[in-house]
Amino acid sequence: MSAVVTGLGVVAPTGIGVERYWANTLAGRNGIAEITRFDASSYPVRLAGEVRDFDATEHLPTRLTFQTDRWTQFALCATEEALRDAGVHPLADSGLGEYEMAVVTASSSAGNEFGQRELGRLWSEGPKHVTAFQSIAWFYAATTGQTSIRFGMRGPCGVIASEQAGGLDALGQARRVLNAGAKLVVSGGTEAPLSPYALVCQQATGLLSGSRDAARAYLPFDPDSAGYLPGEGGAILIVEDEAGARERGAPHVYGRIAGYAATFDAGGGSELRGAAERALADAGIRAADVDVVFADAAGLPELDRAEADALVALFGPCGVPVSAPKTATGRLYAGGSSLDVAAALLTIRTGLVPPSVNVRPDSRYRVDLVVDAPRALPVRTALVIARGYGGFNAAVVVTAA
Amino acid sequence: MTDRRAVITGIGVVAPGGIGTKAFWDMMMAGRTATRAISTFDATPFRSRIAAECDFEPDKEGLTPQEIRRMDRATQFAVVSARQAVEDSGLEFDVLEPHRRGVAIGSAVGCTIGLETEYVVVSNGGRDWVVDNDYGVPQLYDYLVPSVFAAEVAKRCDARGPVATISTGCTSGLDAIGHAAALIEEGSADIMVTGATDAPISPISAASFDAIKATSPNNSDPEHASRPFDRDRDGFVLGEGAAVLILEEREHARRRDARIYAEIAGFANRSNAFHMTGLKPDGREMAEAITRSMRAARIRPEDIGYINAHGSGTRQNDRHETAAFKLSLGHRAYRVPVSSIKSMIGHSLGAIGSLEVAACALALAHQAVPPTANYTTPDPECDLDYVPRTARDADLDVVLSVGSGFGGFQTAMLLSRPGWTA
Repeated sequence: MSAVVTGLGVVAPTGIGVERYWANTLAGRNGIAEITRFDASSYPVRLAGEVRDFDATEHLPTRLTFQTDRWTQFALCATEEALRDAGVHPLADSGLGEYEMAVVTASSSAGNEFGQRELGRLWSEGPKHVTAFQSIAWFYAATTGQTSIRFGMRGPCGVIASEQAGGLDALGQARRVLNAGAKLVVSGGTEAPLSPYALVCQQATGLLSGSRDAARAYLPFDPDSAGYLPGEGGAILIVEDEAGARERGAPHVYGRIAGYAATFDAGGGSELRGAAERALADAGIRAADVDVVFADAAGLPELDRAEADALVALFGPCGVPVSAPKTATGRLYAGGSSLDVAAALLTIRTGLVPPSVNVRPDSRYRVDLVVDAPRALPVRTALVIARGYGGFNAAVVVTAA
Repeated sequence: MTDRRAVITGIGVVAPGGIGTKAFWDMMMAGRTATRAISTFDATPFRSRIAAECDFEPDKEGLTPQEIRRMDRATQFAVVSARQAVEDSGLEFDVLEPHRRGVAIGSAVGCTIGLETEYVVVSNGGRDWVVDNDYGVPQLYDYLVPSVFAAEVAKRCDARGPVATISTGCTSGLDAIGHAAALIEEGSADIMVTGATDAPISPISAASFDAIKATSPNNSDPEHASRPFDRDRDGFVLGEGAAVLILEEREHARRRDARIYAEIAGFANRSNAFHMTGLKPDGREMAEAITRSMRAARIRPEDIGYINAHGSGTRQNDRHETAAFKLSLGHRAYRVPVSSIKSMIGHSLGAIGSLEVAACALALAHQAVPPTANYTTPDPECDLDYVPRTARDADLDVVLSVGSGFGGFQTAMLLSRPGWTA
């Protein structure tokens, strides 16, 4: 069995829709700006990667926008784009059986805006003011459930939480689900962590950047790195068995999910290299076969050092081009690693490695970070790395189909 | 490909009515209920004011003052259950390869108590949308992300293989254990510390379930309020707790002569793609999950000696599930004992699936099945053998546990007696 990606859907601070996202990413447009969803002027963190101009009612019926959080709305919108892209929308004409279609998404913080609003109602007005939809909008499985319902998918459903590593873990699980007999899996993830309360929760880690300068705030592998910024959005990927995809005449195959592995190290960084090595072994390739790496790019000196050391150990000093397009979006948690896989597949397709924006690489990291402009490069194999808060490491290898 | 199987070699439990597997099993065998008036907050303004609470004293369970301050109640449950499970298994983690060890912990709602308690502080009693950053406690992010459960357990077990939290609502417990079994079968790990935890007894959960009238309003008689399959049921009773199992690759367990409670014989999940909370009475997708799990394990309906039902005690669930058993097992459905331990320990959302798998493993080990407490008046729509009120001895080779949850998720897991083959 070979798992291939046949459809992509993106909602990102740098663009809604794959085409706009990719054009802006290659152009190095910065999606980080002042927070506008609420007045963050009293907060230490005032910048983020917001998805501007997202009007859920353009994509979804009102009955659905009422009962879902922004994070789920992002995913439903991206899923529709991805299914269309894969040539299976509407699904009724796809020839796929209802139990052969699965949904496995990653979620890290769930329905933040919705949940905060209802908590507010409960505590300021009383229990009778809590809406009937709170029980289905706030919890981590809401996106997978709503996706399964909206698109009529009755196969295995899953939700993985491993913070920023989740998007890769979801793809690993998608592959497992295909192995067990499913034909198509809606996978990836989104996140909407910019409600006031969710932001305060994130600030508690001390890992966020307090910079006021959107062009100098989130700077992985830069001498001035001092934290990351959060962002919202993510990507949905349609993953299919290759033979099945070819048989049904999928309009395009972006690439294979050729390798995946996950490790844990309680945050020490000691097992990051192991995750990458095992993903390469799982794909049956050597480090020398990797054309580009999409880095986790934490944006803190110690964490960047751990990642750079792992890359140097695997590829040698400056041994492989490294990209961090998340510098333009902030870290989207479960949505972030999913979006990185989408970016890796688009890099394979276009032969253009996107630049990391704003960063002036510190040569002491010995990382060949692609900056300023896209780098033209025939790419057949990309390694995507993600780390989740608390010690989660995951790596995915995507290869040209 | 080698025939790798996952077996249960350790169990740890934090449940209403008792901490530890012995208290848990004794309570179920006695048919005692742990449902009572909510004691942890003032439930006066709520429609449903009852719950199945754990009498859990974290300091007595060995947690340090710092851990107690930092960890949400649900995290504490997970960590304590995991420690019990490791001890029970007899595994010595310090001499085993940590990269072959992983963690999969389920949870439906994460750290709701911590999130809600701190929200009230930073939002000035719920009045301010732009909450006051100055009052955020250092561990707030741990409350926001449910990955904290897997991370805290993994840290304590020095697990360096695959680690994740699984959060599929009320099927989280079954799904996490199914996920762990799959990792062992495919060769990604030899040992998985797996189970689920939830501590949802808080005002926001109570209000959420009040709003859809899902929980029982039988406030005058809490001990008898959880009445799955009984004609007079009126909703589920919220619970809390955790169960963590040690899953081990079968040969790994045999080589060290470990006590094996049960083997994970089959697992499948499906979704109804119908409604986030509603269930069609035909039970079709749950039946499909059951059928799939049996087919993969080559298990026949007549092999199944007990069904641990989802049995939440809502009318739509009980009908849905009864239909699913008939659809998947045919005539066998009428002969196999079916019970719901939610009648005794309430519905702890994502955690309950792991507690139910623990109950199934203990049922196989003890060759006995727990009863459905409070079942007194048959419902003509539910006409199976629900093991009313009294536990029973039984000859068990294979048992089935099912779960059903918000989002439309339906999960089935089969456990078999060690050494039994289809």
